[in-house]
Amino acid sequence: MNFYKHAPKLATMLSYIFKRLGGMLPLLLGITLISFAMMHLAPGEPSVVGNEFNPKVSAEDIERLRSYYGLDKPLYEQYWQWLQRLAVLDFGNSFSADSRPVLDKIIERLPVTIWINALAMLLILVLAIPIGVISAMHQNSWLDRGLTVLVFLGFAIPSFWLGLLLMIGLGVNIHLLPISGIHDYNWQQMGWWQQQMDFFQHLILPVIVAAIGGIAGMSRFMRAGMLNVIRSDYITTARAMGISESRVRYRLALKNAMLPIITLLGLSIPGLIGGSVIVEQLFSIPGMGLLFYEAVMARDYPLVMGITVMGAILTLLGNLIADIAYVWANPRLRHRQ
Amino acid sequence: MRHALSNPMLMVGLAIVLFVTTMAALAPWLAPFDPAEIHVHAILLPPSIEHWFGTDMLGRDILSRMLYGARVSLAVGLIAVGISISIGIVLGAIAGYFGGKIDAILMRITDMVLCFPTFFLILAVIAFLEPSLWNIMIVIGLTSWMGVTRLVRAEFLALKEQEFILAAKSLGVSHLQIMLRYMLPNAMAPILVSAVLGIAGAVLLESGLSFLGLGVQPPDPSWGNMLTEGKDNIQIAWWISLFPGLAILITVLGYNLLGEALRDLLDPKMKP
Repeated sequence: MNFYKHAPKLATMLSYIFKRLGGMLPLLLGITLISFAMMHLAPGEPSVVGNEFNPKVSAEDIERLRSYYGLDKPLYEQYWQWLQRLAVLDFGNSFSADSRPVLDKIIERLPVTIWINALAMLLILVLAIPIGVISAMHQNSWLDRGLTVLVFLGFAIPSFWLGLLLMIGLGVNIHLLPISGIHDYNWQQMGWWQQQMDFFQHLILPVIVAAIGGIAGMSRFMRAGMLNVIRSDYITTARAMGISESRVRYRLALKNAMLPIITLLGLSIPGLIGGSVIVEQLFSIPGMGLLFYEAVMARDYPLVMGITVMGAILTLLGNLIADIAYVWANPRLRHRQ
Repeated sequence: MRHALSNPMLMVGLAIVLFVTTMAALAPWLAPFDPAEIHVHAILLPPSIEHWFGTDMLGRDILSRMLYGARVSLAVGLIAVGISISIGIVLGAIAGYFGGKIDAILMRITDMVLCFPTFFLILAVIAFLEPSLWNIMIVIGLTSWMGVTRLVRAEFLALKEQEFILAAKSLGVSHLQIMLRYMLPNAMAPILVSAVLGIAGAVLLESGLSFLGLGVQPPDPSWGNMLTEGKDNIQIAWWISLFPGLAILITVLGYNLLGEALRDLLDPKMKP
């Protein structure tokens, strides 16, 4: 009989998800339009870059290249063609010498980027929530002030500089952690278990660097949220009812203060994905961020567009999951309707 | 006022901001060496009495380059924020004041840009436009107006219903006049706070772009591109990495502290 009790809820949930997915489409379309326009309106074409001063490349050659890549057509036509192919998940072929499909290039680089960002999010949650709660519970104490100073430093520190310092301190000086790449040079000879260990060891510094800003932001947010909740009427009521202080704090208040964190986590995704360019460049990690950097430098339009769209899709999916989790975790929304 | 003077956050923030601004303004007089001059006999010297922060791989004095780098960071911060605040005020004012369909469309666009991985867009645009100081300022400004837009809209939405605005409307004051003369001054406090915090963000962003080689181009010094040289010499010369990063940290910290302190001072609702 439990099924009937839950059925309407499930249906509501599904219709909510579909409604959100429908709402995401125009958003995605807008994003592709903006990036397509900005990229193609900027001067400098891949057919010209690097060939300007090459005497062997004649004007006709450049024209032939342009028509080969479809760059001679009007802009709206290029966009429309690209969009049509996108609908069937065809991102086109890379302009680079290997001219492999963009989707293949992205997919082989995606896992390590997702690993780093997922672990960074985990680290943010695991550190930021306790820091925020402790700060709030001991408001204006020395502990709170010390943590606040650390949080402000975390806000202000350029992540790549922190990365450099960690590389010098832990990598160069005492050889504790590897400072570049994702595999040791003798990775091939290792057993499976050793290989996994090696991989995660290479991720430690990148994850710390990717997470630092988020830890600062999130813990500040958590502190404010906790302070806000602890002053609300129902907490006073709970205390008046004689519920123990620790239960009031860590069961009742914490639960409510953590709700907005879900949304915030969703909102932090674009920053994390964008930040992976810097993190991966710094630690020479062959992920999507580094691929994007290389593509931008080579003006590989299809690849740049493909990664931008992929980044937007990941962001929108992350936001969707965060919203669903929010509805699911919040009884006030769950029981509505 | 006495309350303001005893606020340590405000005083520390203000002191840092004034210090960095002075250093940037007086760079030509304070710098012990020419920031671009190459000294072949002084390559990669560690910090000493003569070169406080050491020299880089071309024998250039790091302290002198940092002083000139401060000019770049502050210029980018101020101008980029000037652009983003202007866009934010215009869009937010229109959305909040007129409401209805215009508001819905503008907010939809704002949400769209907000969930965009803007860093990708900035990188692509700057690389395609040729990296230069002006391009960085403009692109950072054009991609960071969303927060201010939402803020101004919220303020205008609340102000719109207030009696003095209704009175002005019934007296036949024009829309533009009402927005500029009566509403904007009342919304100035949160705009100021977000501008100060925005400078911190822009300084950080510029340093990241320059670090990637997509910002200020060498030989012109910027804290970000000095750190790129630091990375190249990471095994042998820690001082190239340490000091420019410290400058970024302190500057961003100063603007953040100032912004947060101003928020506490100007907005009694935010006070814990």
